[in-house]
Amino acid sequence: MTRDVAIVAFAQSDHRRRTPETSEAEMLLPVLRDVLDQAGLDPGTPGFTCSGSSDYLAGRPFSFTMALDSVGAWPPIAESHVETDGAWALYEAWVKLLTGEADTALVYACGKSSPGDLRAVLTRQLDPYYVAPLWPDPIALAALQTQALIDAGATDERALAGIAVRNRRAATANPHAQLQGSAPAERLLEADHLLRPLRTHDAPPISDGAAAVVLAADDTARRICPRPAWIRGIDHRIEPHGLGVRDLTDSPSTRLAAEHAGAFTAPVDTAELHAPFTAQEVVLRTALRLGDDVLVNPSGGALAANPVMATGLIRLGEAAARIHRGASDRALAHATSGPCLQQNLVAVLEGERP
Amino acid sequence: MPGPTPETLTAPLVVEFPFTRSLGPVQSAFLTGLRERTVLGVRTRDGRVLVPPVEYDPVTAEEIRDLVETAATGTVTTWAWNPAPRRGQPLATPFAWVLVRLDGADTALLHALDAPGPDAVHTGLRVRIRWAVRRTGAITDIACFEPYDSPAAPRATAHSGAFADPVTGITTSARLDYTYTPGRAQTRYLTALAGRRILGERCPACHKVHVPPRGACPTCGTPTDEQTEVGPRGTVTTFCVVNIKAKGLEIDVPYVYAHIALDGADLALHGRIAGIPYDRVRMGMRVEPVWTEGARHPDHYRPTGEPDAPYDAYKELL
Repeated sequence: MTRDVAIVAFAQSDHRRRTPETSEAEMLLPVLRDVLDQAGLDPGTPGFTCSGSSDYLAGRPFSFTMALDSVGAWPPIAESHVETDGAWALYEAWVKLLTGEADTALVYACGKSSPGDLRAVLTRQLDPYYVAPLWPDPIALAALQTQALIDAGATDERALAGIAVRNRRAATANPHAQLQGSAPAERLLEADHLLRPLRTHDAPPISDGAAAVVLAADDTARRICPRPAWIRGIDHRIEPHGLGVRDLTDSPSTRLAAEHAGAFTAPVDTAELHAPFTAQEVVLRTALRLGDDVLVNPSGGALAANPVMATGLIRLGEAAARIHRGASDRALAHATSGPCLQQNLVAVLEGERP
Repeated sequence: MPGPTPETLTAPLVVEFPFTRSLGPVQSAFLTGLRERTVLGVRTRDGRVLVPPVEYDPVTAEEIRDLVETAATGTVTTWAWNPAPRRGQPLATPFAWVLVRLDGADTALLHALDAPGPDAVHTGLRVRIRWAVRRTGAITDIACFEPYDSPAAPRATAHSGAFADPVTGITTSARLDYTYTPGRAQTRYLTALAGRRILGERCPACHKVHVPPRGACPTCGTPTDEQTEVGPRGTVTTFCVVNIKAKGLEIDVPYVYAHIALDGADLALHGRIAGIPYDRVRMGMRVEPVWTEGARHPDHYRPTGEPDAPYDAYKELL
């Protein structure tokens, strides 16, 4: 049986540096209500529910089960959770819908980084034998990748500042973004280094936020959404965990995922890239063969809001929302996980042309 | 009625865990080697030497055991200047993070480089290992790298990997610090508890009263913000007898831990039962909270002396 599966609704919170007044469940509630309302579904009625989050961020064991309070889990629902970005939860839900066991799926993700020290927390995802005991934080690892790209002649600090400016200026049109607008590149380059070669503008903000999408198959999708964002292909690939084994200036896993998702069979007009650091956009543009005619990160991307565990799902949601409102016909969405673009997911979304 | 949201409560939360991990044969040889100031790599079938070495070929996934010794000198392949070292990192003064390809290796190792400043560091810089004075068989046996001008000597020599008293496991401690905030609903609940009132929240859709409240009805997913006072008396719906003394807990065993449905609540909460011999506690027993000075939560629940509640009165709350 072949089925077509589409993203038919997308919602997200406003992303903020800190949200001490709300629990994760309380942060999710309005987002879930919004996305289910868009899809015309009542809580508890999607055929499958899948979420992405990490207990380490807020330091609350089993926070993902507490978050289930927000979905209407009784009578018992078919549910699953991934301890990574919600983009991978979307992948699992896509597979579930392809099997025919469900016609609709709710996918959500939330990340509340403000209670902890995100730079310390993310060291705990590294190789526990040779790397984690040194506590190298994500900014340090991204800086090593950035220097490798500068040494290779792929970019320079001026070009990277330009990437920061472009993303954050695009975010002025995104009411959910945390950082909107930017000083010109010349001004940004006057600042001291955060961790040379990176300056603050090269790194993402620390964000609390949540996002959700609804997937639906075939006629159910057409009934819910006037212009569904059909998932034409989706794939994810991972590279070795040893940083010194990888070529940090390239992303073969992104390229391979894109090939399997069918990204190279026809040009895309839009790409939402999950590049938390400026230099990673350089790597991804090359791996994905994106030309200057492709609109990259009209949402502002991860540089404008980075609710860890939801940032990748938001890329899929933003790309789908542009198709829903007719601003894109064929879009690429990318999500990443791990240090220096270790694991990458690529999806190709299309709207039907009239 | 929805009450005003009180000031956000916060509390420090420390998550601390010592991870104890066993080592595979290659990892064991590598880390034992570091203890003995010897750097070992592993050779893949296509002839590449991986440092740090791994148990399985990253390309073919085959088990690899062909150990070689590399030099303690090498070349920086990329670097980043860390002006503000953080807890747990190899050096307490500003340093460079580096990937170093040791002479004789084909891959690079992540570590710190002790250098006077960023102007003293560049890709291609020649460096050598500075060994830690006290070595235990861990990646931190390399204290850091230091600049060291020497000709590259790219030769790896065969090594058996055998050492006296090999390291077979590592224990790495980790500490993460958080500022815990309970959210709106639990803040309302905790604030009321400080005044010895127990507040539930009623679901506007299914009308059930949940305590402690979490801001959403756990059955239908509807937001809740209508507070209603419950208890203080309640009914034991079910219980267990605890016979194992918990570490750090002052309470003598055996004692009874129970589910208690407070009057007006549609969800039972947990509490300890005291003021009655443990073997006299029963389902349906009526209890009330006992508060102690300075504590936010009831210390325990004790019998009220009322007649037991009939089973039908609480069977839906089991």
